[in-house]
Amino acid sequence: MTSSFSWRRSYAVFGRFYFLYRRSIPRTMELFFWPVMDLLVWGFLAIWLERQTEQVPGAVLMLVGAVIYWNMLYRAQMGLTISFIEELWSRSAINLFASPISLPEYLTATCAVGLCKAVISSAAMVLVAWLMYRAELWTIGPNAVWMFFHVLVFGWAIGIMTISMILRWGHAAEALTWGVPFLLQPLSAVFYPVSAMPGWLHPIAYALPSTHVFEALRGTLAGGGFPLRAFLTAGALNIAYLLLGVALFVRTFRHALRRGSLPRLGHE
Amino acid sequence: MPRMDADSSQPVVCVRGLAKRFGDIQALAGIDFDVPAARIVGLLGPNGAGKSTTLHCMLGVIEPDAGTIELRGRSLATHRQHILAEIGFGSASVSLPQNLTVNENLITFGRLYGVRDIRARIAELLEMVELPDVGDRVLSRLSTGQIIRINLTKALIHRPSVLLLDEPTASLDPDIADKVRTLIRRIQRHEGVTVLYTSHNMYEVEQLCDRVIFLNRGRIIARGSPQEILQQFGSESMESFFVQVARGGELIGRQEEDA
Repeated sequence: MTSSFSWRRSYAVFGRFYFLYRRSIPRTMELFFWPVMDLLVWGFLAIWLERQTEQVPGAVLMLVGAVIYWNMLYRAQMGLTISFIEELWSRSAINLFASPISLPEYLTATCAVGLCKAVISSAAMVLVAWLMYRAELWTIGPNAVWMFFHVLVFGWAIGIMTISMILRWGHAAEALTWGVPFLLQPLSAVFYPVSAMPGWLHPIAYALPSTHVFEALRGTLAGGGFPLRAFLTAGALNIAYLLLGVALFVRTFRHALRRGSLPRLGHE
Repeated sequence: MPRMDADSSQPVVCVRGLAKRFGDIQALAGIDFDVPAARIVGLLGPNGAGKSTTLHCMLGVIEPDAGTIELRGRSLATHRQHILAEIGFGSASVSLPQNLTVNENLITFGRLYGVRDIRARIAELLEMVELPDVGDRVLSRLSTGQIIRINLTKALIHRPSVLLLDEPTASLDPDIADKVRTLIRRIQRHEGVTVLYTSHNMYEVEQLCDRVIFLNRGRIIARGSPQEILQQFGSESMESFFVQVARGGELIGRQEEDA
């Protein structure tokens, strides 16, 4: 098959979502409203914990940091998944996939949507965290960048797997868009160390790149150095999950072409 | 400028042995047909005849079990991007994002197809479909007839050589349907595009199509100009021929598979 990657086609799909968010106040507000609400709840809880006991020093920075990094993962996943669901809701998927766009071009565009959502909402959260709690997340220095990159890539991988399931099962699987991240949250040791989890869950937790990021975040905030092991493990796991997600999507898409289910997407 | 297809007798699209089965249903049973350049060809038949499956195979959104689809000698299986870049698609049952404006929708598809000077092309097309002032309006605020015309505009944005239209006048009132038919004829002449067109409206078919291909249960049972088909099967009208086929009546004329 002769095909070539075109950034222009990716940009076309990305631009479609820029148009959508530019004119939709509810969609734009959604980028800020829930993340800031999360931040307020966890921030106040952390302040209360710090006042109650000295057993959890730096609780504010740790919990607020965890909320912000979790939001990055969640927004990356949602950006990708909601972009796909928007095509179903608007019953325009066939217009898109009957155009010359290729799967890599489409995935690149939706990953870019996820990246933008993660950056915009997280930047707002960092600002609010500093204004409300004087939480200076930038004190972790360059570690902030690789941690962001790792949760972003894992969010993309989870997003690609989620849209694969929606492609396979249609509207019935839409709830996974919101459900999958919350299935992963307790296993990722976002707000507590892995040691707080039962032993039989440890292998599952350590199989997720997000767990290594959140463990490293706590370690770094507690004054630890560069967590090379966590960096490398999360990176290797992310590569594996991303490859798995892309393979699953390609396989599911081909299956949809054979079953003839693509033209029915959004019409069930 | 109209597309210059020098020899309109030469087929632009060649379909050979196209077959597709969904479970127990043989949607297409190895059909062959050609679509000549700069003609409007109707793909007709009752519900479940295989019309939409044929179009979807040609659009690359359904993978056939067997057969080939070629556009100007290039196979869809091996030149997917090139071929899809030459095809325009419009359907009454497939929407454009309703929460974007007409311009935003058309710019998106213009970029997807690599259209140069998109704004000028949009203005030209909106003028042609007699909606020059709707560019900044959100699609959901337009009437059904206007949306159908915007769908056609989207299908033409990249100057396709082949236009696939899936029941474009379904659910339109007779007045708007007539306007859309007139528009399709004008588009075909103005853009010199080859049109493959599905419809249940036999009056429309007689008005619009140079040739028709009649499908039933995944097989081609008749083809030719509407007049040739009426003569061949001794029917009074395409409508009565359609009803005869849909109700499983015995066709008096010579059927394709017996030929």
